[in-house]
Amino acid sequence: MTFKYNNVYLENTSTVTGPYEKNGPLGNFFDKSYDDLYCGNKTWEYAEVQLILDSIDLVLKKQNKTKNDIDLHISGDLLNQTVASNYASAQIKRPFLGVYSACASSVETLIIGANMIESNQIKNCLCTTSSHNNSAEKQFRYPVEYGGPKPITTTFTTTGGVAAYLGREKKGVRIESATIGIVNDYGIKDVFHMGAVMAPAAADTIYRHLKDLKRDINYYDMILTGDLGIYGKDILKDFMKEEYNIELNNHDDAACMIFNRDKQPVLAGGSGPACAPLVTYSYIFEKMKEKQISKVLLVATGALMNPSMTNEKEAIPSIAHAISLEAIK
Amino acid sequence: MDKKDYQKLVDKNTPKEKRLKNGIVAFFIGGFMGIIGQGLIDLYMNWFDISSKQASVFMIVTLIFVGCFLTCLGFFDKWVNFARCGLIVPITGFAHAMMSAALEYKKEGMVTGIGANMFKLAGSVIIFGVVSAYTFGLIRLLILGGSV
Repeated sequence: MTFKYNNVYLENTSTVTGPYEKNGPLGNFFDKSYDDLYCGNKTWEYAEVQLILDSIDLVLKKQNKTKNDIDLHISGDLLNQTVASNYASAQIKRPFLGVYSACASSVETLIIGANMIESNQIKNCLCTTSSHNNSAEKQFRYPVEYGGPKPITTTFTTTGGVAAYLGREKKGVRIESATIGIVNDYGIKDVFHMGAVMAPAAADTIYRHLKDLKRDINYYDMILTGDLGIYGKDILKDFMKEEYNIELNNHDDAACMIFNRDKQPVLAGGSGPACAPLVTYSYIFEKMKEKQISKVLLVATGALMNPSMTNEKEAIPSIAHAISLEAIK
Repeated sequence: MDKKDYQKLVDKNTPKEKRLKNGIVAFFIGGFMGIIGQGLIDLYMNWFDISSKQASVFMIVTLIFVGCFLTCLGFFDKWVNFARCGLIVPITGFAHAMMSAALEYKKEGMVTGIGANMFKLAGSVIIFGVVSAYTFGLIRLLILGGSV
């Protein structure tokens, strides 16, 4: 399922992060960073709400708009019942859609928003996504202060809130087309190897995107996957070659870009719904506005993991959504 | 590509853990913990003039306190991450697991938070500790002919 858009623009973006992202290689590209993981709040969960609220404030300020100008707010995050998004939207008080496809949520929000703008149902749309290292650790893994060692394939959930303002005004970056992913299951049960879980989903979505639009992989200056991590990146490359005979040379992975793996304790790299958009809405967005990169295929990948299902020895399904971004000529 | 072939592709691209290095680190730090424990027992025996059985209880309480205290100070997780089983297998690991869970759920209330979640990680240790103590106790009594 691939759509083409004629008149949808990613007009403005904002990024808010925690301290690890700030100290990473892209630290200077983020709009705001907290040194304290509580972000001035009392709980990890509310810190994540704060990240979304801050990103919304920032993007509205850049856009010279107020909350009341927003037609629709779409948001997704990792927490149960997507609470961070729900609690943030409770303060925005605009029509709201909450979405979940784990770490692929960011592109899902963009696709829904872009489709509704293209079909003239709404004039603009605010798409937010968040993740918080500690609230995710608490929910999916172990208590934050517990130091039990993790395998080297484990990824480190990024702390961040991102907002994108979608509209019809010709500025920022153009949203050119998008592909909705299919849920894949390749039988991987290892919760500490999400790169292996998600790589086939990314490959599948990239392949179908190229097939639907009859494009060659080299049409894009860059294929940017969400959060496969350093090992998942290699798996994707091999998988694309063996399964589809596509040579993936213009590829990078947001998980490997956001942290310095040699100096930071992040094992295989970053992850979380905020990982892909933190890189895209800051670094990539800037480079595209300056026309240094002109065509990017963002493929956000999500491991649809549930602790009960994995304890019951079920494999982890995964999904990837793709969106094609083009610099404005 | 079927699931089996994919698993092979994943294995090819996944590096092995450094088991030998981890094992050596755990061996020496675990051994060092043993020395500290024995030192504390000797110390308590001399100080309080008590039997080694009583002194070992004092030693365990001390190590639990230190494990909990360092966890609360916020850096014990980094030590555990480095020492691995060297700090997890001794009683410090148990204290660390209990305390980190208690800290994590403090904000969800005394009963619904700390009470309900403190044993989240360490609960299995207690359950299977009791089950195996019972099993081996029975074996000792019935097969090896130990006294009650």
